[in-house]
Amino acid sequence: MILVLAYSAVLLSFFSGLLGLMMHQRQPLLEFSRNWFKKFPNENAHRQSMIAGYLEEKRFPVLLRKAVFVLLGLSGVFAVLSGLSVLIGKEVVTDRIGLGLPWLPWHVRFDCLSGFFFLIIGIAVSAVSLYGPGYVNSYKESQHPFAVLSLFTGLFVAGMLLVLLADDAFFFMIAWELMSVASYFLVAFQHENSANRRAAFLYLLMAEVGALAIILGFGVLAGFADGFTFDAMREAQLSATWASIAFMLALLGFGMKAGIVPVHVWLPEAHPVAPSHISALMSGVMLKVALYGLIRFCFDLLGDVHWQWGVVLLILGTISALGGILYAMMQPNLKRLLAYSSVENIGIIFMVLGLSMIFMANGHPQLAALGFLAALFHAFNHALFKNLLFLGAGIIHHQTHQLNIDMMGGLIKKMPRTSMLFLIGCMSISSLPLFNGFVSEWLAFQTALQVDVLDNGVLRSLIPVAAAALALTAALAAACFVKVFGLIFLGQPRSHHCERAREVQDKGMLAGPALLAGLCFLFGIFPGPVISLINGVAGQLLGQTLPNDAALGWLWLAPVSTGQASYAPPLVLIGALIAAGVSFWYLRRNPSTVMRRAETWDCGFGGLTHRMQYSSSAFTMPFRRIFAKVWIIEEQIDKDMRGAMDQDVAAVHYQLQIQDHSWPRLYNPIQDGVNKLAKLVGRIQTGNIRVYLGYSFVTLIIMLWVVS
Amino acid sequence: MNIEQLDFYTQAILSMAALVGLTSFLMLGQGRLLRLIFVFALQGFLLTLTTALAAYSLNNHHLYISAVLTLVLKVVFIPWMLRRQVLQMNMHRDIEALKNNTVVMLGGASLMVFSYYVLHPIVQSSSVVMLNALAVSLSVMLLGMLLMISHRQAIAHVVGFMSIENGLFFAAIVATNGMPMVVELGVAFDVLVAAVLFGIFFFHIRTSIDSLDVDLLNKLHEVDK
Amino acid sequence: MNWLIAVLQTTLFVVLAPLLAGWVKWCKCRLQNRKAPSLFQPYRDLLKLTNKQPVVAEQASWIFLIAPYIIFSATVLAATVVPLIAVDLPTSASADVIVMVGFFAFARFFLALAGLDIGTAFGGMGSSREMTISSLAEPAMLMAIFTLTMTASTTNLSFAITHVLNEGLVLRPSFVFALAALTLVAVAETGRIPVDNPATHLELTMIHEAMILEYSGRHLALIEWASQLKLMLYGVLIANIFFPWGIAETFSIQALGYGLLAIIGKLALLAVFLAIAETLFAKMRLFRVQEYLSFAYLLGLLGLLSHIILEAAR
Repeated sequence: MILVLAYSAVLLSFFSGLLGLMMHQRQPLLEFSRNWFKKFPNENAHRQSMIAGYLEEKRFPVLLRKAVFVLLGLSGVFAVLSGLSVLIGKEVVTDRIGLGLPWLPWHVRFDCLSGFFFLIIGIAVSAVSLYGPGYVNSYKESQHPFAVLSLFTGLFVAGMLLVLLADDAFFFMIAWELMSVASYFLVAFQHENSANRRAAFLYLLMAEVGALAIILGFGVLAGFADGFTFDAMREAQLSATWASIAFMLALLGFGMKAGIVPVHVWLPEAHPVAPSHISALMSGVMLKVALYGLIRFCFDLLGDVHWQWGVVLLILGTISALGGILYAMMQPNLKRLLAYSSVENIGIIFMVLGLSMIFMANGHPQLAALGFLAALFHAFNHALFKNLLFLGAGIIHHQTHQLNIDMMGGLIKKMPRTSMLFLIGCMSISSLPLFNGFVSEWLAFQTALQVDVLDNGVLRSLIPVAAAALALTAALAAACFVKVFGLIFLGQPRSHHCERAREVQDKGMLAGPALLAGLCFLFGIFPGPVISLINGVAGQLLGQTLPNDAALGWLWLAPVSTGQASYAPPLVLIGALIAAGVSFWYLRRNPSTVMRRAETWDCGFGGLTHRMQYSSSAFTMPFRRIFAKVWIIEEQIDKDMRGAMDQDVAAVHYQLQIQDHSWPRLYNPIQDGVNKLAKLVGRIQTGNIRVYLGYSFVTLIIMLWVVS
Repeated sequence: MNIEQLDFYTQAILSMAALVGLTSFLMLGQGRLLRLIFVFALQGFLLTLTTALAAYSLNNHHLYISAVLTLVLKVVFIPWMLRRQVLQMNMHRDIEALKNNTVVMLGGASLMVFSYYVLHPIVQSSSVVMLNALAVSLSVMLLGMLLMISHRQAIAHVVGFMSIENGLFFAAIVATNGMPMVVELGVAFDVLVAAVLFGIFFFHIRTSIDSLDVDLLNKLHEVDK
Repeated sequence: MNWLIAVLQTTLFVVLAPLLAGWVKWCKCRLQNRKAPSLFQPYRDLLKLTNKQPVVAEQASWIFLIAPYIIFSATVLAATVVPLIAVDLPTSASADVIVMVGFFAFARFFLALAGLDIGTAFGGMGSSREMTISSLAEPAMLMAIFTLTMTASTTNLSFAITHVLNEGLVLRPSFVFALAALTLVAVAETGRIPVDNPATHLELTMIHEAMILEYSGRHLALIEWASQLKLMLYGVLIANIFFPWGIAETFSIQALGYGLLAIIGKLALLAVFLAIAETLFAKMRLFRVQEYLSFAYLLGLLGLLSHIILEAAR
């Protein structure tokens, strides 16, 4: 039954893709329906006219788009249902499909870990399918055909779901490639711009290199196991060195897809370029599928984790978290900023996973379960609020045709509902209490605070330093999103487009983000249910659950013990409402102190313009000065002088360029090396036919010698 | 072993150890020479207090003499001499711009963790509880060497050298309850002679290359570039 | 019964905060050879502000209007978590010290947004500087908290203070460092000299004042009250974590009375030190604050290392 739900989710997304192909088939469909009604003339005339109405020229595209997204949404709903049922039932369902190689059918395994990620994908896809119809109406059919978009969206979602179901290496890789290639076409959807083509190519290149690393990792495991199924790999016995090699390969491959520094460079290029709902899916969900892959590989297939792997994950995660948020702060393009912020959150998840591994390897499995839970909960939360933010960015782009924060402003009055939803997203990602981002940060800190049980003194010094880095990242994220919300929605409009922007009319485009925002708030107040579900995942995968899981209720959150730490979000909410309510009522009861509006204070000089506000580079200037070594900064200030002695400044031109350190330090040398190697190898192609005949001749001689 | 189970004397020694470590860090971050000398004097004062405390608690009167010797030499005389030199050579207005301050400080913190890690097997096999303070004294020595490497002024090198000796002295007090008096006096006089010799040297270096920036001594290399 | 004490304690917090601000001002004035205003002047100021009509700029949105209530509520929520006169509060179980830091972050988020709302340069400047300073202060604060919680093995403030109280007089090097780090961070977070001048009206030197420049009337009253409450909160944290003697462990009237007297005495003493520090030092320029906060972080790190190496060694 559960498997039926899962399969139907996959099939529904396939069909939604195929249905989109019918976009240009209106005429054949019209012919077909006429023939059908000629053959069966005693059909209801009402139904005939209804179908003719659907196939009418103007209504057909709109209806088809809605139908495609309805199917996609149903796929999402089924994914949620199947995920919930397997999580609540705590079962493991396996199956075999007859496709694939003759001696290696596709194995399917649906356990709690897959179910949890099904839940994540399902929620995200449902929200995106609510948002989709309104958004894709803005694409011109001639330039950006809807058929292409819907086909590859369907394949993309199906690929992600299949990755979660796979139980042997072949099926996994096929589904993985399906996911990667389908998303390549989506990233390259607006291909008329050469920068977009470059970004898409970079994305495909890194996805394939990552897939290669994953295949090698599976190969190492398969070398020690008898077969390619995951069951065989679980039984395999590896020596410590080979296990570490496999871990490194898996980390490289899955880390490349997840976006760990330094292999994150495709993220800020590819995510801004794709359509907004696809960026939301990629950033919110695809990165989690890579995380799933890593967890499946390390905790499930490899089995025994070593604490050194945990330290590697911890350090990589810290670097990604800090680097990601620092780079995010400097981006004026909203979607690039959100992409770098995804790098930061993935870094946090990796950090907590590393902590979990360290605890596990040092003989504290319950604390490992705590860390695992914090990591998965943060993944869930990130999927929710990152989707929300990307969908919001899509709405802003749709209404103002702008993605540059420095050109926006004052949108809170023009787009009140969007601003409310975006505010909830910003508050969640800044880990403010009462929202879900805070709960996962709290759990991460609680995990780090358990460091005293370890014996290794170096680890006991390293982990608090990493926790301090996590605190710094959270504070920087709050600063970044204050800037984002403040510059986009508050203040005065900085460009004509924003002055004339209006609220989005399509209800679906508001409903999708509203669903996600509501979930963010709900899980911030009642995190208990999700935590019990993840507890089940930990129980199945690690064999251990939280130290205090008996006390997990809907009101209190006390993961280790009530004496250690506890948090009750509903009580906090009640307290906040009481405090705010009392002060609000008490202070406003005097009618003579009703508020009065006046002009903004301009120090008596007059002429406040929108140019006098802070811009994004101005807001982040102190950070640029303090953390200067993190970026490659090129600043240029040119002054136009006038006057008899060139003494007055007529105009000031300011230019700021921020570059990623990974490019000159890592990728350009690799690029040069590969080019040099290619040139070296190219030397054998001399173009001279006698040389080519000589190659065949030498080969023949060698073979004769060998055979003899 | 948790700190609340120890007696007051041991707690005080451990606190002193931590404060001595703090002064080492403060010296690392100092750009002004006069303040550097002051912090060095402070470190010497903390050592005097530690020695006096050890003398009081162990009822060992040699250590009182040792404490007075440390006070006279390391808190009064050597800092006074260095200060006089600095003022004479007019170097108190130079501010050494430490370029990589954050990196040096973090390096110092990792040296502290490293010295703990290195001493860990020794500490475990012994039963003297205060050997944990040995980790701090080893890190003081390492930080003194880091001070010598990271600063360019030659006076800072003297201070670094002296603080290495401070670290050794602290280790001796804490781990073995004081060195034999002969060794003590010998080391003290060695340090005094070294300080005097340094002074004479610096005067000559200053008159010949007109600065005490040791990076300028690179000019003395013989290879033509 | 416990909840009643908790509500009483929160009310005491809110009511006594302006008195502490008045006492600090009195000490500063006396040190600077000026005639000091009455100790109850902050109360009169708050009352005057609430009775005035607030004037709001045309550009302001609902965030500007809601922010003072949010800031005040978040700070009051933080006040419910910190033990003032008694430990063993039920509110400490519903939010621990990390949540308290989260409450401060909530208040700061909306304060910064309110600064950006009007669209003038001052607000943006204040928000930008405030977020910079708070980002740098977070790791230092966390290090100090880590040291405390690793010693007490709990993040619940009531339990942590009880643990320190029950151990008696123990000289811990880690606490010395953590105290120093927390003091430095407290000065930075509450916006006192040498990080920010609370009495300045020169636009280029303001940080907190710049963000609230446009507020008036009851909105300004709420924000001023919240910042006084924040100062008192940090003072109580320092006083009760590192010197918890005198705090009530039972709920008898006598113990509560002693607790109240003890905390008033400790806060008064801390305020005198604050006033002396504010008189002796000058305000640092903004880019020196980074060195100041790195030093605080280093102290916190040393405290943690002292704990690991010297105190809880294996």
